[in-house]
Amino acid sequence: MKIKTPSKLEKILAAGHLAVTSECGPPRGSDPEAIVEKAQLIKDHVDAINITDNQTSMTRMCSLAACIRLKMLGLEPVLQMVTRDRNRIALQSDILGAASFDINNILCLSGDHQSFGDCAKGQNVHDIDSMQLIQTVRQMRDEGKFLGGDEIKRPPQMFVGAAANPFADPYEVRVPRLAKKIAAGVEFIQTQCIYNMGKFEQWMHEAHDRGLTEKAYIMAGLTPMKSVGMARYMKNRVPGMDVPDEVVKRLADTPKEKQAAEGIKMCVEQIQRLKEVKGLAGFHVMAIEWEEKVPGIVEEAGLYPRPQVD
Amino acid sequence: MIVADKKPIDEIIGQIKDYKNILILGCNECVTVCEAGGKKEVGVLASTLRMHAAKEGNDIKIDEKTLERQCDPEYVEEIRDSVDQYDCIVSLACGVGVQFTAETYHGTPVYPGVNTCFMGATEKRGLWVERCQGCGQCILATTGGICPVARCAKRLFNGPCGGSTTGKCEISKETDCAWQLIVDRMKSLNTMDEFEKLSPIKDWSTDRAGGPRKVVREDVQQ
Repeated sequence: MKIKTPSKLEKILAAGHLAVTSECGPPRGSDPEAIVEKAQLIKDHVDAINITDNQTSMTRMCSLAACIRLKMLGLEPVLQMVTRDRNRIALQSDILGAASFDINNILCLSGDHQSFGDCAKGQNVHDIDSMQLIQTVRQMRDEGKFLGGDEIKRPPQMFVGAAANPFADPYEVRVPRLAKKIAAGVEFIQTQCIYNMGKFEQWMHEAHDRGLTEKAYIMAGLTPMKSVGMARYMKNRVPGMDVPDEVVKRLADTPKEKQAAEGIKMCVEQIQRLKEVKGLAGFHVMAIEWEEKVPGIVEEAGLYPRPQVD
Repeated sequence: MIVADKKPIDEIIGQIKDYKNILILGCNECVTVCEAGGKKEVGVLASTLRMHAAKEGNDIKIDEKTLERQCDPEYVEEIRDSVDQYDCIVSLACGVGVQFTAETYHGTPVYPGVNTCFMGATEKRGLWVERCQGCGQCILATTGGICPVARCAKRLFNGPCGGSTTGKCEISKETDCAWQLIVDRMKSLNTMDEFEKLSPIKDWSTDRAGGPRKVVREDVQQ
């Protein structure tokens, strides 16, 4: 795949390295140190850092401001942007704002429904969907045009990503939906957290067979379990999450004080196994409020040191 | 039809507490079908308010009337001769009827007796479900006859989000995933090859977003 933007993440993927990204959730307050500290923990072990956009619909510091903080540290942010909270004017405007700071990666999402968060009585926007946000960024970048057709002076230079959840239903449209995102112009994918390895491998196999892994870089999403309680919560309470019984059992069979270490070990084992999956381009390690564990996981998985690119 | 639900009685009592002569005005259309504001509900509300007034020692007079429609000037005119007897009207029509009645009788306060909910259908008695949001530009031809605007919590146009689980929406296990329904229907119609066609960005100017709407049909105007 030809390089189209100044994104470091794109360069690493295009060079054929297994890329590693992670994410930081902005604070529920205005202290910039909260995001800086998290980023400092992981910066040497990942190629880019996603900043979530009011994840689970809890109001937080905006993704754009937190991305600017990372940029000021010389790091590579991935701006997550949901269509839940902004109409097409605000989305395009924030894209330009991000581009003015040379933020070169964007992840286009629809976002969790607001009923999960602290503003359950609020409106949602959904003027466009995540598929159409992908198209919007590509149009702004490649044609240098707003949705309204006017010319953009200094268009954004963004490597365009999206999420994919191989575990949501109906399964039969999960590969077609990936194909649709690629047709819309997506260039990299970060998947939902993988626990059902067999199902993920099946989905990758089908995607590879359709030639989709030649058209977009697919990064496997991983979230280490901190405890059996977390595993049960993810299994039973988080929509679209597929946590097999054996994952819960392995943690349940581990003494409580060793469950966190076991969760990390399981995550490393997953990475080792997934390295063999044809067409897989990298890993997205989402250690939720557990950023300090990311370096150890990356090192143990044999993904450190990270490659250098110009 | 337009589906409405009864307002809590305390809210209605709070609205009319300063009035002595009250007309409860029902509507014989949608709100009758969804059992929120027809003749029967007018009677029940009137009796409840009378009992409440008697208990409180208040001397009030409540009349009952149900019009054929409150969204049609011809029927709303039927109370012109009697409207001055009342200090206020409690309309059990949908929000359209409440406003039409209020516009017709400028000097009389009109209070809503129901919450107007959505455009929907009767799935079974006591269960009414939303089917349309009146976006002004119907896309049902491309979505297997099932509307993602009205039935997907995120009104997605290009397939199910990552929260769809065993046919249900991420917001509730009671809510069907619209895109599961669309996919099932497309399979029945043998049109799944349409699924991968990208749905264009929607023009919302015909929706609420474009401001208050009108349908003008000069060919049928007199």
